[in-house]
Amino acid sequence: MADGIVILTSANFDETIKSSTTPILVDFWAEWCGPCKAMNPILTEIAKEQAGKVTIAKLNVDDHGDIAQRFSVMSIPTMMLFSEGEMKLKMIGAKGKPQLLAEIAEFIPTKS
Amino acid sequence: MSTIETTHQKVIIIGSGPAGLTAAIYTARANLAPLVIEGEPSSTSDQPGGQLMLTTEVENFPGFPEGVMGPDLMMKFRDQAARFNTTFITEKVTKVDFSQRPFAVWVRDTKYTADSIIVSTGAQSIMLGLENESRFYGHGLSTCATCDGFFFRGQEIVVVGGGDSAIEEATFLTKFASKVTIVHRRDSLRASKIMQDRARNNPKIEFKWNSQVTEIIGTDKLEGIGLVDTVTGESSKMAVTGLFVAIGHRPNTDLFKNILDMEANGYLITRPGSSYTNIDGVFACGDVQDHTYRQAITAAGSGCTAAIDCERWLEAQH
Repeated sequence: MADGIVILTSANFDETIKSSTTPILVDFWAEWCGPCKAMNPILTEIAKEQAGKVTIAKLNVDDHGDIAQRFSVMSIPTMMLFSEGEMKLKMIGAKGKPQLLAEIAEFIPTKS
Repeated sequence: MSTIETTHQKVIIIGSGPAGLTAAIYTARANLAPLVIEGEPSSTSDQPGGQLMLTTEVENFPGFPEGVMGPDLMMKFRDQAARFNTTFITEKVTKVDFSQRPFAVWVRDTKYTADSIIVSTGAQSIMLGLENESRFYGHGLSTCATCDGFFFRGQEIVVVGGGDSAIEEATFLTKFASKVTIVHRRDSLRASKIMQDRARNNPKIEFKWNSQVTEIIGTDKLEGIGLVDTVTGESSKMAVTGLFVAIGHRPNTDLFKNILDMEANGYLITRPGSSYTNIDGVFACGDVQDHTYRQAITAAGSGCTAAIDCERWLEAQH
């Protein structure tokens, strides 16, 4: 964990999603993707501000292509929100913080 | 909605590509403590850092003999501006009022005021404008070759366009795709000679001349495209799994309609040889006022011009 962000891999992906006690937002990214880099500060902020309400996680598609393939990721950044082990929301493309928060709001508990 | 008022600024810079960030470096070093409203992340070229955020290696920016990655170059620009007391807001301007001074700029319900404004909102890629286009984003249709090329390993794909960005994308995509067809509505390219030669000598690149995309075919994912021959009018279909569009740009000037003078195509008009717009105290630089050169270095140069014009104009107000 760095900056409160969970690093997902092929090895820990399923277990982490299943056992997460909060909804978990997974950012599918890669080093060579400019718009992905632009999401980093926003995700770090959300991880800090919403600690205990939502978990922020990142999966490097270059290193763990099998997971990206399983979820038919064809464009990055793609962000998916999982709750109780299930994918509830799939968002394609980089976006600003207010827009991202608005899109995930309905899946985030209002009280921690 | 109640308005949130903020500290008054000497200069607000709207947009953060090479032009806006160069203007920030110069105005910051002139002790004007610029506020840069840099835009918000997006997978199109309308984002902080601008069009270079969607490129890979930039080979023609002076000072980098080995080339430099576009996003890295823009991070360096931004760091340099930050070093000299520039403040950034990572959001998009939603409204402006240049009818009186101080000038006012809104980000949703937050109002910022300033003595002067530098507009450097740049340009963004034009999409095809086909009916079902948005449904295929992330399902075979991409706005960012550098982001998504990786997912088309061993596949046959299409790049639409005939300019430098189309040829650059096509060449880049041959790293992954088994075949890249460049679909262009004319029978010759606008791209620079060196880019054209590179594409023509690439065995994975083919050209489909005089052709326009009329249709995107597929159910869950993109499976093919419909084409029409611009000379004979004949239609045809092509089976492809990826579609990358690079048919040109339009300036990001919707905010300034009926406020700043612009040409019929939306590009802002500046007084020749300067960055002055029709409103005293509002300056424009970069691609938002340039549909001729549109290079990172010309945008940076015009950003410097705007900063110096702005600084001198502010001095003359006292």
